[in-house]
Amino acid sequence: MRRHPALRDALIAAIALVVLLLIPAFHRSPAFEDYVIRVSAMALFATSLNLLVGGAGMVSFGHGMFYGLGAYAFALLMQMTDLSLPVAALAAIAITAVGALLVGAVCIRLGTIYFAFVTLAMQMLFFSIIISWQSLTGGDQGLRGGIPRRELFGFELGSQLHLYQFCAVVMVLGLLAMRHIAASPFGATLRMIRDNETRAGFLGVVLWRARLTAFVLAGAFAGLGGVLAALFVSGAYPELADWPNSGQAIFAVMLGGIDTFLGPLVGTMILLALNDIVTRVTEYHGLVLGLVILAFALGLRRGLLDFLRLRRKGAKA
Amino acid sequence: MSLEVRGLTKAFGGVKAIDDVSLVFPTGSLTAIIGPNGAGKSTFFNLITGAFPVDHGQVIFEGRDVTHLSRAARVREGIGRAFQVASCFPTMTVLENLMAAVTSHIGRWGNLSHRAPLPGVRARAMEVAEMVGLERVADVEASILSHGDQKLLDIALALALEPRVLLLDEPTAGMGPEERWRMIERVRALWERQKLTLVFIEHDMDIVFSVAASIRVLCYGRVLAEGTPDEIRANQAVIDAYLGTEEHAA
Repeated sequence: MRRHPALRDALIAAIALVVLLLIPAFHRSPAFEDYVIRVSAMALFATSLNLLVGGAGMVSFGHGMFYGLGAYAFALLMQMTDLSLPVAALAAIAITAVGALLVGAVCIRLGTIYFAFVTLAMQMLFFSIIISWQSLTGGDQGLRGGIPRRELFGFELGSQLHLYQFCAVVMVLGLLAMRHIAASPFGATLRMIRDNETRAGFLGVVLWRARLTAFVLAGAFAGLGGVLAALFVSGAYPELADWPNSGQAIFAVMLGGIDTFLGPLVGTMILLALNDIVTRVTEYHGLVLGLVILAFALGLRRGLLDFLRLRRKGAKA
Repeated sequence: MSLEVRGLTKAFGGVKAIDDVSLVFPTGSLTAIIGPNGAGKSTFFNLITGAFPVDHGQVIFEGRDVTHLSRAARVREGIGRAFQVASCFPTMTVLENLMAAVTSHIGRWGNLSHRAPLPGVRARAMEVAEMVGLERVADVEASILSHGDQKLLDIALALALEPRVLLLDEPTAGMGPEERWRMIERVRALWERQKLTLVFIEHDMDIVFSVAASIRVLCYGRVLAEGTPDEIRANQAVIDAYLGTEEHAA
């Protein structure tokens, strides 16, 4: 296993997928299935953000725009064309990638702080376009009328079980693909840029091209998360593309950890579980969430998985 | 002639940091550049490597005018450099640092289809680590290396690009006396084995006079003298401007 990290990753993914797919056979719980569906969309989104944040040191505050763009592009394609679901999903991801290319072309040359602000500004611009282009997007009401149900290899995504299975497969494959990117020579190049971009430049890395590629890839995977979100809500809403949603992804990354690949997934699970549990108990769930994040930031000083990993390393040494 | 500069000039504001400098570094030579602080030594390296543009003059590398090439292009041509303050990738291990450098060197830094490292890259990175004696800490994260090892890693990163000219900006900066000699011995051995054209900036005169075959003295952005260690030691202008003052200070 040590010699074949790619195989190890694939094995972990396969086991996780089998477990996820088997659970409903033993115990049907709509709440749990619902939770996994939401985690799958958000985890792809947060992990894609971490390709930028943890991978390349590019902190984007506007990553939610690509999540929203993926959701709207997919929902609109399904409503307005007869494309099959996978084709529409791929087309939506392609549209998101082009969007990320355009936004990235403007942003990636900027320094850290300006990069954060300009990505945020771009997201606000995108959000206002959604709100004001009523004839296409339904404005602040969102894109209603549902997503037409089209069968996919005998799957009917209107059924919760089938949607659950579909989302589990897409999440695991999506995470595996991003894991591959992080472990590729390009992933190592991004780490070089994060650590010391001047030196990376002297070693022959074309900085803007590497950054732009990372931005487009991250945008595309956020778009994939958006596709799942659109399937879940059976439409698309401006909130998906609003900046608090970018904030959610940043929280997920912070809670789970930026230096461990599965950190954002774990962060997403914590975040959504907190949401579900706390909203049942109190209406002040924002307060509780804030306290938890403070506890992570001040207590652990890093995300959960990074914390555990460092502890294990410390115990070994 | 491996490396040559002609009439090189660079001013910052009104101050000429490098003023009409013409020097030649023959292929396979080992040259030290000395001079008081602010003489323009680091600026000289920055101009050769393309860190910033020159005002006037030319940089000629193996007969080609590289004055207007980008720094990445000059690296590809074969001009490598290490930095005064060790510059490496702190969160990566020594081997990961070198594998990334080797991957960049073979033009595959953008590769997305494979898992790192690409075939052959690990072996080559290990080879480079051995050149500077870093194989013993190959799996140590760069941020927790000793100062001397970080300087070695910096040099190793440059070596991964298979340079024919290597510029070392104070390879012994910040080291204790013993460590300095060990370092400079490594550098000299490296120069011998790899058949490099090596130029280094150094403040320790004992080191300079014992290691360098040839010395260039910069002072206020100009070339004050050039020659063998014996010639430099006997040069009245150098004694007045530089060597002499050091003895007064001591």
